[in-house]
Amino acid sequence: MSDDVLRIEDLTIALRVEGRDHPAVEGVNLTIGRGEVVGLVGESGCGKSLTALSVAGLLTAPMHVSNGRILIEGQDVARLSNRSLRSLRGDRIAMIFQEPMTALNPLMTIGDQIGEMFVLHRGLGARAARKAAIAALDRVQVPGAARRVDDYPHQLSGGMRQRVMIAIALACDPALLIADEPTTALDVTIQAEIIDLILELCREQGTAVLMISHDLGLVARICNRVAVMYAGHLIEEQAAERIFLSPHHPYTRGLVGALPRLGRRLTEGQAALTEIPGTVPAILDYGAGCRFAPRCTRVMAHCAAATPETTQLPQGGRIRCFLHD
Amino acid sequence: MALVLLRRLLQAVVTVAVVITLVFLIFSVIPGDYVSSLMAEKRSLDPAVAERIAAELHLNDPVPLRLGQYLVGILHGDLGLSFATQQPVTEMLGGRIWASFKLACAAMACAIVTGLPLGYIAAARQNRWIDGLAMVFAVSGLSVPGFWFGLLLMYVFSLQLGWLPTFGYGQGGIEHLILPALTLGIAPMALLARTTRAAVLETKTADFIRTARSKGMSEGRLVRKHLARNAFMLILTMIGLQFGSMMGGSVVIESLFAWPGVGSLLIQSVGLRDIPVVQGCILVIVLFFLIVNTLVDVAYLLIDPRIRYK
Amino acid sequence: MLKLLARPNLATGGAIVLIAILVAVFAPLIAPHDPITDANLMFAETAPDADFLMGTDEQGRDIFSRIVYGARIALTIGLLVELMNTIIGVALGVSAGYFGGWWDEFVQGLTNVMLAVPTIVFALALMAVLGPGILSLLIALGMTDWAYSCRISRAQVLTMKSRPFVQAARTMGYGPVHIMARELLPNIAGPLVVVATMGIGSAIMAEASLSFLGLGVVPPAPSWGSMLARAREQLIVAPWVAVFPGLAIFFTVLGFNLLGDGLRDLLDPQGRSKR
Ligand SMILES: Nc1ncnc2c1ncn2[C@@H]1O[C@H](COP(=O)(O)OP(=O)(O)OP(=O)(O)O)[C@@H](O)[C@H]1O
Ligand code: SF4
Ligand SMILES: [Mg+2]
Repeated sequence: MSDDVLRIEDLTIALRVEGRDHPAVEGVNLTIGRGEVVGLVGESGCGKSLTALSVAGLLTAPMHVSNGRILIEGQDVARLSNRSLRSLRGDRIAMIFQEPMTALNPLMTIGDQIGEMFVLHRGLGARAARKAAIAALDRVQVPGAARRVDDYPHQLSGGMRQRVMIAIALACDPALLIADEPTTALDVTIQAEIIDLILELCREQGTAVLMISHDLGLVARICNRVAVMYAGHLIEEQAAERIFLSPHHPYTRGLVGALPRLGRRLTEGQAALTEIPGTVPAILDYGAGCRFAPRCTRVMAHCAAATPETTQLPQGGRIRCFLHD
Repeated sequence: MALVLLRRLLQAVVTVAVVITLVFLIFSVIPGDYVSSLMAEKRSLDPAVAERIAAELHLNDPVPLRLGQYLVGILHGDLGLSFATQQPVTEMLGGRIWASFKLACAAMACAIVTGLPLGYIAAARQNRWIDGLAMVFAVSGLSVPGFWFGLLLMYVFSLQLGWLPTFGYGQGGIEHLILPALTLGIAPMALLARTTRAAVLETKTADFIRTARSKGMSEGRLVRKHLARNAFMLILTMIGLQFGSMMGGSVVIESLFAWPGVGSLLIQSVGLRDIPVVQGCILVIVLFFLIVNTLVDVAYLLIDPRIRYK
Repeated sequence: MLKLLARPNLATGGAIVLIAILVAVFAPLIAPHDPITDANLMFAETAPDADFLMGTDEQGRDIFSRIVYGARIALTIGLLVELMNTIIGVALGVSAGYFGGWWDEFVQGLTNVMLAVPTIVFALALMAVLGPGILSLLIALGMTDWAYSCRISRAQVLTMKSRPFVQAARTMGYGPVHIMARELLPNIAGPLVVVATMGIGSAIMAEASLSFLGLGVVPPAPSWGSMLARAREQLIVAPWVAVFPGLAIFFTVLGFNLLGDGLRDLLDPQGRSKR
């Protein structure tokens, strides 16, 4: 068995409109090793969430995987039966979403929603599941877990709900946690707390993390490796400490240049990603050529004609740009 | 929570009072009363006799006085006497409320057992042919005149097939109930199918459903534990509104099937201008609507924690 | 044209409504017999044949011709009733939303009352007082079914009230009547048209119901509802008496409902799949 928790090979996710496929994510390759923390950054709409959802098998029509493979702990998810896919989901691979206010079932106590994980994957009965749920709440540092277990989501603050989501996600010690902008919707003051909680718990149980964020500063601080997406393409991937020192892709350079000071975590990081002039093209407008060309300061004549291939960087990492052919 | 209920109750009392006053005024202010309709019917009626009848029925008293007396009577559970039969209105209503209630329950049951699954299937197969078919069916159900649909059912099941009695109440058995219930249930069924479809589609794309799916549960469990209850929250109001308006909404159907309910009594007494009976019928209709909808509010309090803990 | 095909509701509904209107307008050209005077007991309760496409009723009148002329009654009453309801509902709803306060409370209370009593019951009471006839029908139905347009316009105005263009009109010194009629009304017209379109359908249905009960359009006039009034008794010998007027009501109401659905999809493409 391979030691990679996740292997994405040449993944293409297409939007089907009137019987025709329009790729929204194209040719993405990404590997995450056991216990590794990998960041995925990029402007809004570049396909981060789609990539994450496809890994968790949660894409809904009209979006679907049209090409490529997704391997979780060496198993090709496309070849798994529905049943084994389900037992993989939640147990080996878990996900935390951006919007804690709506991500929980409003009619179920949080205890039941956490306990459901143990019922599904550990075969526990109602009583034991409730006990386990209290322990899980304790683990995500919800004060008075034994009392709060019977609360309903609307009785909790956003931060508390996100802790509940973390408790659900990590209930069964998954091999991979996908955190899709877990703090974007939260108050700035508790964002760091939540991130630290996720990292700490994952480190404890050896869970790998795919951290999706707008915030390059944050990602660079907490991750081993960082991958950058632009308009459906993965355009650069490097070790976290290198991406600041030597960003190669003009887009990444723009991002890093927009950060006020090297290595400093900034709370206004979300604004930073949009400080490159211009906007991301829409899916249906993805044409031939480098998709960053209209905004690129170093655009060359042939950039708009063909899409650059992904190449290895000499110092490690990958890039998709004609400057590095 | 108690406060919400109290407010609702107050609203209900006001609504009842307003409706009663309104109906009272409609029948008092505009010329034409019970006696004149009697006179129109029996041309030989002696004016002196007419005058005596009017006095006996207190028709000559000032309107506010009569209204006041009527309202006081209601508080004592007294709805007055019928002009036409001199029977207490409460007595006339008694058995009819039961008949109408039975019909309403049966019709609602028909609507629910067909409308909910239809809407659910349509949502599950959104934009497929079965969805289209179900929605065509639903919009047709909303457009079909109930009394005509009843005639068709009568023709097929009573006259042609001879399976069921044409009309009447019989001994109160189920065979007399089926056709009127189907007829009365068709519009709510159609409406419920549409509401259910919308509710399921809305719930299906909710974030918490995605969360539930990410937990790795079977579709069956997903539907049972997460989708159904949440979608039902969106449907319950509609069920309450439909059921609540059935006591009065059934007038035409009751008259078609000669069903001895509140609706057919209303039509009879409207023709006679038998105001106390009309008032009584409308009172029952409004009260039923308000009670059903209050019960729906209570049901929400019981099953929706978001309201329960407000 | 192709775009219409992609919207089956709009196309079908529009086509049915158009046909109904044409039939009503050109009734004398379409109907082979006079709907009222061509009674001939010799032909009473004739089954549908070449001369009487839909058969005859108990007085020997041609049902097809009566249905054709009945379209005039149905559409006239439907349109006028819904016009009255819309005017009442919009006036109450817009002013309630705009002014708020006790007036809003009052209007909402009134709306709740109207909703607590089924329209048909209120109309029935009014009809009893006013006596049967088209004018009474207009009054009885036109004043009792405005609750939905009232609610919709109130809700719409509440969301519009704080929009910049309303604020601007206010700072420019326009009075409330101008703002409501000139600024708010055009902006809430869309949903109102949808409600009104379906309202025409329910008005036609209500007219048919009351006429069926003998409380609406007076007998010799060819109202679809009153044509069905005695159908139950004739069901065995002359089922066609029951079938065709009902079909006319059904298709006309269906047309307005589909048109309303189609218009809503047109105005609110996102919600399209959901309703
Ligand atoms: N179900 C869908 N139907 C149509 N388009 C979709 C659908 N889901 C996503 N998209 C589109 O696909 C693109 C990528 O979406 P995605 O959610 O992956 O972006 P993202 O990188 O996560 O952005 P954000 O930072 O805003 O979360 C966007 O343009 C989005 O509008
Ligand atoms: S390929 Fe050309 S346009 Fe694209 S990023 Fe590189 S230099 Fe810029
Ligand atoms: Mg996203």
